[in-house]
Order: sequence, then C-alpha cells, then structure tokens
Amino acid sequence: MTVLNRTAKSFLLQELLSGMWLTLKYVFRPKVTINYPYEKGPLSPRFRGEHVLRRYPNGEERCIACKLCEAVCPALAITIEAEPRADGSRRTTRYDIDMTKCIYCGLCQEACPVDAVVEGPNFEFATETREELFYNKERLLANGDRWEAEIAANLQSDSPYR
Amino acid sequence: MIVQALSFYVFAAVLIVSGVLVVANRNPVYSVLFLILTFFNAAGLFVLLGAEFLAMMLVVVYVGAVAVLFLFVVMMLDINFAELRQGFVRYAGIGAVVGIVLVAEIIFVVSSGAMSPAAGALGGSPMPAGVTNTEALGNILYTDYFYLFQAAGVVLLIAMIGAIVLTHREREGVRRQRIAAQLARDRRSVEIKKVPTGTGI
Amino acid sequence: MVDFWSSYAWPTVIILIQILAIVLPLLLAVAYLTYAERKVMAAMQMRRGPNVVGWWGLLQPIADGLKLMFKETIIPSGASRIPFLVAPMITFTLSLIAWAAIPFGEGIVIADLNVGILYLFAISSLGVYGVVVAGWASNSKYPFLGALRSAAQMVSYEVSIGFVLVTVLLCVGSLNLSDVVRAQQSIWFVVPLLPMAVIFFISALAETNRPPFDLPEAESELVAGYFSEYSAMTFALFFLGEYANIWLMSAMTSLLFLGGWLPIFGWEPFADGSVGQIIWHGLWFAAKIGFVAFCFLWVRATFPRYRYDQLMRLGWKVFLPVSLAAVVVTSGVLVFFDLLPNK
Repeated sequence: MTVLNRTAKSFLLQELLSGMWLTLKYVFRPKVTINYPYEKGPLSPRFRGEHVLRRYPNGEERCIACKLCEAVCPALAITIEAEPRADGSRRTTRYDIDMTKCIYCGLCQEACPVDAVVEGPNFEFATETREELFYNKERLLANGDRWEAEIAANLQSDSPYR
Repeated sequence: MIVQALSFYVFAAVLIVSGVLVVANRNPVYSVLFLILTFFNAAGLFVLLGAEFLAMMLVVVYVGAVAVLFLFVVMMLDINFAELRQGFVRYAGIGAVVGIVLVAEIIFVVSSGAMSPAAGALGGSPMPAGVTNTEALGNILYTDYFYLFQAAGVVLLIAMIGAIVLTHREREGVRRQRIAAQLARDRRSVEIKKVPTGTGI
Repeated sequence: MVDFWSSYAWPTVIILIQILAIVLPLLLAVAYLTYAERKVMAAMQMRRGPNVVGWWGLLQPIADGLKLMFKETIIPSGASRIPFLVAPMITFTLSLIAWAAIPFGEGIVIADLNVGILYLFAISSLGVYGVVVAGWASNSKYPFLGALRSAAQMVSYEVSIGFVLVTVLLCVGSLNLSDVVRAQQSIWFVVPLLPMAVIFFISALAETNRPPFDLPEAESELVAGYFSEYSAMTFALFFLGEYANIWLMSAMTSLLFLGGWLPIFGWEPFADGSVGQIIWHGLWFAAKIGFVAFCFLWVRATFPRYRYDQLMRLGWKVFLPVSLAAVVVTSGVLVFFDLLPNK
C-alpha cells in the first residue's frame, strides 16, 4: 500500500504542487520588508555610520590632534597633520579619512579622549565618484554640525554603559 | 514571379558559397556554423518548391539536433592545424578521384531523364491537388513504401543499439543516487536520539 | 509603375505594419515580464519588489533598458568578434520570428502556415545556437561550460516536446495552429491530455533555460553562464530574447492545450465575425498566455535548481518513456474508439 501510495504521490507531483501552493499562499501574507527610502528601520545608538568631527558648544573644534585615532585605525584610513595654533593650542591642520578604506570598526571613536571623532547615524552617503569619498577636515566638521543633535542624543543614551 | 526567382538565386548562391566555406574554413567551429547556414538555405529552397514539411524537418532534425551535437563535439576539440594538414598531399589523389566520381554521378542523375524516360516523368510529378504536402508524404510513406520505411526505422534502431553496446561499460564500485529509495524515506526510517551534553552517543 | 506599387511595394508595407503591430507590443510585454517577475517573486518571498521608479515601480523596466543602452559594450580581447556579436542577435531574432505563425484569433495571423507547429518547434530548437555560439565565442571557461550544458539540455528536452506535439497532432489531424485551436472547440486539450500538458510545460521550462533548469546560467557555479562576458546592449538582447521566449512558450502552451483564443465553456457574448468578438478572443488568448507566464515565474520562486545529472535523468529516463508511451496510448485510444480526425 505504501508503495502504491508513494508511486501515486510522485506521479501526481504531490510534493511539487504542495510547494507551489505554499508559495502562492505567501503572496497574500503581509510584506516583512519596509518601504525603504520612505520608511527606515530603527538604528541602535551605537550604530557606526559616517564619521563626523564634533565641536564644543562654543564653536571650538574638539580635536586636539593627539593622533590616537590615526594610530589605532586598523585600515590606515586616517591621516592627521598638526601644528600649534597662534593661541598656543594644538590643533590639526589636516584631518583626512579615506572612506573607501574605512572598515567602520569604531576604534577611532573608542580611542578619542575628547569625543571629537564619532561615527554618526548616517549611512546614506553614496557618491558618484571615488574622490568624493576622501573626506577632509572641512567635510568632517560640516558633517559634525549637521548631525550634532542626533550624535549628542546617541552618546547621551549610550553613556551609562561606557 | 520575380520575387520567387530572386529568392531562389539568393538561397542557391548562399547555399553554394557556405557549402564551399564548410570545406575551406580552417576553424572547424566556423565550418559547422557554415554547415548550419547551408542547411538553412536548403530549407529555404524546399519552401520555394512548396515542400514546407521537408523544410521544417530539415531545420528540426539537422539544424536543431544533429548540428548541435556536431558543434558540441567540435567545440571541445583541441585542434592541431599542422597535424591536420600533414596528410593533405598524400591523400589528394584519392580525394580527387572520389570527387570526380561523385560529380559524374550527380551529372548522370540530373540528366537521368535521358537515361530512362519514366524517371524524368516521375521526377516532375506534381503534388496531388487539395492535399497539404504533409498528408501527401504520409500517404506515400505509410502505404506504398511502408516496408521500406519500417526497414529504415529498424536500421536506425540497430545503429542506436550498436552505439550503446560499443560505448556503455559497467564500472565497478560506483555509488549511484537511488532517487526512489531516497524518496521512500520518511520520519519513521530516522531514529531520533536524545544526546546528553558532553557524552556523545 | 502602378503595377510595381500594387504588386510589390504595397504588400511589403502591409507586412511591415503587421510585423510592427506584433513586435512593438511584444517588446513592451517582454519589458514588463521582467517587472512582473520581480514583483511576483518579491510577493512570494514577502518582499516589495521594485517600487521607486514610477507608480509602484512601473517605470523600472524602462529605466533598466535605458541603463543597459548607455553602458559600454565590452568585447573581450580573446573573443571571436563576429560570432560574439552575432550570438545575441540570433537569440533575439529567433525569439521574434516565431510570432509570425501564432494566431491571435480566427484568421488573425501573419503567416497561416500549414506546418505551423513544426515551424514553432523548429524555431524553439534553434534557440540553442545563440547560447552555444555565445559561450564558444567568449573564449572563457564559464561561458563555455554554460554553452555545453545548454546544448545537451535543449537537445534532450526537445525530444519530449516533440512527442508531446505528436500526441496533440494525433488529436487534431493538422499541423496548422488555427486548426489546433478549432479542434479544441468542444474541450480544451488540457483536460484529456493533462499529463502531456504538464510534460510540455516542464520541458518548456528546460527549453527556455528557466529555473529549476537554469543550469546554463547557474550563477552560483558559472558566474552568469553563457553570457558572463556580455555587457550593455549585447547582454540586453540576450535578456530580451530569453523573456520573449518565455512569452512564446506560454503562447504555445495556450494554443496547444488551453484552447488558444477560445473562451471557457464556449462563452461568446459577441456576434460571429464582429470586432467585439475579435477583441474578446484576443483578451482570452492574452489572459491564458499571462496565466502560463505567471506559472513560469511561480515555478522560479518555488523550486531550487536541479543538479545536472538529475536534469538529464528527468529528460531521458522519465519524460522520454512517458511521452513515447503517451503517443502509443493516445493513438491506440483514438483508433479503438474511432475518434481519429480527418477520416
């Protein structure tokens, strides 16, 4: 009987048809994906996206050119040159991040003693040319100004665990 | 009428040129491709003659299957041109004789009306009116020439069996997939054991 | 001069218009089949599919087409140039010329061939050349392997398609596609010949290199198979040809088994020969083709790819004996119950 049963099943394509019935049922299930460019998924406060250089509330840049981030960067994506400024404080003259090299490990922001370089929540920074991804200091500072509110909130909410 | 005449000359010319190129080409893959072109033009000529069934059969059987297998084999060849051309002079004489005999035979066949008056009349016999040529062919094949048709089939069958016998060999120790046995397995043929951590079975 | 106009020029113009009337909607249908495929598969995998370009992503195929058109055609330095460029043209042309013999309604056909079925069979069996020539001319391993797979696969499945066609012919008694449809006036062949219809559909999947038989382009093993080296418009021609072949095979399935343009249960609300009836029949035919094409997409979303030896086993050890037996059984039944057509 089982032999007969099996033969009938395989000749009537029972398994194939049940598979097709399953996929057909799934057509009418609600979609699990979000409507991406118009809806976005939640991001953790620790999300490591595009880099920014932050400023103090008085407008002074945070970075003190300690070069810890440059030293720790495993992908050698960060290049820093520094000189004392006219007022005697030590600041960077050049702060470049090659975003094509960066592996978004977050070690730079861990290393930073003054929370100057932070990986912000922005992940939509695709460009049409490669050159646009070689970020310099102005670009990073501009990013910092643009994302300051979000980054400050993220750092705030993450601070109890640090 | 002009269109028919023009298409006849186009088909015939392309057929002859590509037929020559089949032989003349150095790359066997191109030869096969030109052979396919030759078949196509022959099919075109059949259509012009009103023999659309033959034309389609030529395309289906020769172009669609036989030439594909030719191409399949020829594509995988590792061709050594120097070796290919070595025997050319040695066999040129025999080749020429065979060629001349073939040409002479073709000339005799074409002018066969002169040899046997009945043959000439048969060659020009038109299709029966009101019947598609598929039906006309079937009516002849399955009545007058039934035994010959069957004999041709048997010859092909024997050739096929021969090819299988010559090439098929049973190899020892080959594990094959037995699909029926695999499909027959169900939950009852699998024993599920609870394995405690750190001990193993 | 007048004679030349009326006997040569005018018929040529009419034929050109007829060709355009088929090819343009066909190309549009091909473009939207790619869209339908992405949407249907997305729905079956609970995704959304293309939804950004145009309303519900409706302009996506046009955007894709434009992208391919403006890309650079790259010819590998080791390739045989002429076959490399001719191969996609072969695929594309073959997928279009078959439509000349497809009847869209009573008498709505460019060429009402007496050997229509054989013509379609011949054209579909030629499709392999585009693939094989492309694979060989690319002068690269993976395309070559894809070409070899495709050659063996298509030759194998043509055999079973041929036998299925023979069973249909036995029931019709004519090779003319319009006659095939007229013979289904009382009952669509899918009912008495259901196993044949299933075998035909599965073989059609193999013949068009569709999943689960898409080994010639198996992306997980052969990069992209026979068109790995193609880019821009040459690639687009392969793509268009492949989807046009899906439409063609769907049309063939509907003509042979689903009663072509005939409405279900002989439901004819319009007078014979009226424009309404022609449109009504056309809509039925389109609906049937659409359903079969949907099945192509449905199968793709459901089944994993066959292994190559399994594919060969299915073709030669299952379909060939079954379809051969079906030819014998069908002809036996027709003779025994005295049902043969054309007596």
